[in-house]
Amino acid sequence: MNSPMIYALLGITLFSVGLYGLIVREHLLRKILALNIMGSGIFLMLVALGKRSAGELPDPVPHAMVITGIVVAVSATALALTLMLKLVEASGSAVLHDAPKDRS
Amino acid sequence: MGDLLTDAHWGVLLILLPLFGGLCSFLWPSAVKFIGLATVSAVALSVVGLGDQLLATGVYHHAVGGWGAPLGIDLYADGLSLFMLMVTALVGLGVSIYALDYFDQDEARRFWPLWLLLLGGLNALFLSADIFNLYVTLEIVGLAGVGLASLSGGGAALDGAMRYLMATLLGSLCYLLGVALLYHSAGTVDIPLLAERLESTPPVWAALGLICAGLALKTALFPLHFWLPKAHASASAPVSALLSALVVKASFYIFLRLWLEIFSVRTEGVDDLLGALGMAAIIWGSLQALQQTRLKLMIAYSTVSQVGYLFLVFPLAAIGTFSAWSAVAYLVLSHALAKSAMFLVAGNLMHFGGHDRIADLDRAVQRLPITVGAFALAGVSIMGLPPSGGFIGKWLLLNEALNQGRWDLVFVMMIGGVLAAAYIFKVLGFAFTQAPVTHEPKGVPAVMEWSALLLAVAAIVVGFLASPLMLILGIGETVELMGAGQ
Repeated sequence: MNSPMIYALLGITLFSVGLYGLIVREHLLRKILALNIMGSGIFLMLVALGKRSAGELPDPVPHAMVITGIVVAVSATALALTLMLKLVEASGSAVLHDAPKDRS
Repeated sequence: MGDLLTDAHWGVLLILLPLFGGLCSFLWPSAVKFIGLATVSAVALSVVGLGDQLLATGVYHHAVGGWGAPLGIDLYADGLSLFMLMVTALVGLGVSIYALDYFDQDEARRFWPLWLLLLGGLNALFLSADIFNLYVTLEIVGLAGVGLASLSGGGAALDGAMRYLMATLLGSLCYLLGVALLYHSAGTVDIPLLAERLESTPPVWAALGLICAGLALKTALFPLHFWLPKAHASASAPVSALLSALVVKASFYIFLRLWLEIFSVRTEGVDDLLGALGMAAIIWGSLQALQQTRLKLMIAYSTVSQVGYLFLVFPLAAIGTFSAWSAVAYLVLSHALAKSAMFLVAGNLMHFGGHDRIADLDRAVQRLPITVGAFALAGVSIMGLPPSGGFIGKWLLLNEALNQGRWDLVFVMMIGGVLAAAYIFKVLGFAFTQAPVTHEPKGVPAVMEWSALLLAVAAIVVGFLASPLMLILGIGETVELMGAGQ
């Protein structure tokens, strides 16, 4: 197995770990971190797959995508953290409570 | 002057105007309402300009900065894009007029910059020609939508906005992973090039699954609709209207676009799965709507069920024709108009009585005849009674299902219509009866009543405009070619 493939598989693993965390963890900060881990997994995969064969220069387009993706991830994280702080201020806890009737 | 109008880059203006307007409204909060309304009107005029150009010259294509695909970003508009831009401009205009009186100066200062950012994101989304740019615009739309949903600031609104943010980010990340896999398989993100290069390999299948799952989450397709009722019901009325009418349709548009251009020939079984989920959404959403005691939650669950209708097109279009795709475009248009009118009506009733409990509407008919009239007209379109836009869309879809002998789809559409009638007449019934007064009624500004009525009337009037709308939809022949090619 060549090394780009290993990094790509690692990226998929990170994505899955993040997805697991997002679903299982209740605390909002953990959920936000989980989303960031998922994002990092995708970025790692994009960069790894940009290098298609040994010796050849890597494809720059995925790198540009990763930079754009990082900008999006930073703003999304900032928004999520602010929202979380506001929610803690308003409700006193950083966990989303499900009332039974709203589960559907 | 004539040359100036036909040669102008309306597509570029459609993206820059709202972004510029949003910045201005942020910088000059004292003039925020004027800047906001002026920008939205200018955007509506630009859509007309773009439409005029497209009717004269066919599809619009613009390579930003002169770079062009595959390296640069392309703007592209055909009949389907124009149709969605029109829906956005129409609903946007109605909701903007309503918002003038709904928000006080302090709230308006926060509402307008976010709404104009959302408008810019939506327009850019409908004009994008590559799947990575679609991801970026999807995120702009999602983040602006979350900001708007949290505007009213109470615990419920923040809770709803947080759920919405989690769902929308998860959806975008799944979509982005799909994009990464597609780029790896085809070496491009440009939609027309992808359509040529993609082959049926395992990575492409994984990408298809991820993109479909991510977009279904954002479109709130059953059973991925869990975030929608809370987010849409707890936001302030104009925001609920925008989220339900436009934001949900944006991700559905990407679904439709990718399906038409990239995935159409590689999807054995997936179309039936989407159709089955759509059917489940219609029944489940309607039943939930029927059980709600709060008006806004009822309208939000109604959105879940109406989104189901949109997905019925996929099994039908597998051997279908132009009429299946035009049916779904019609449903998008009439649902956007009717649902925004309904949420604005809910805003009026809340402003009037201080609550949205359906059972305590207390003779709203006599006291707010225009508002309840708007609700009834919007209801006619949601139920799919003639001569509304909703009727044309559902009739075309039903016709197609009958032609193909899909009795399961026919049956579910019928049941959905009956259930929609049940939950709408329930509200109207309580609007006629007396209830104990719990709150001193407040007058509703005329602008808020009339803008809701205008949107509702528009939802009916589009029922009479079938042929011009079909003409617009046919520009560029994306829809027709794909329908015929299958």
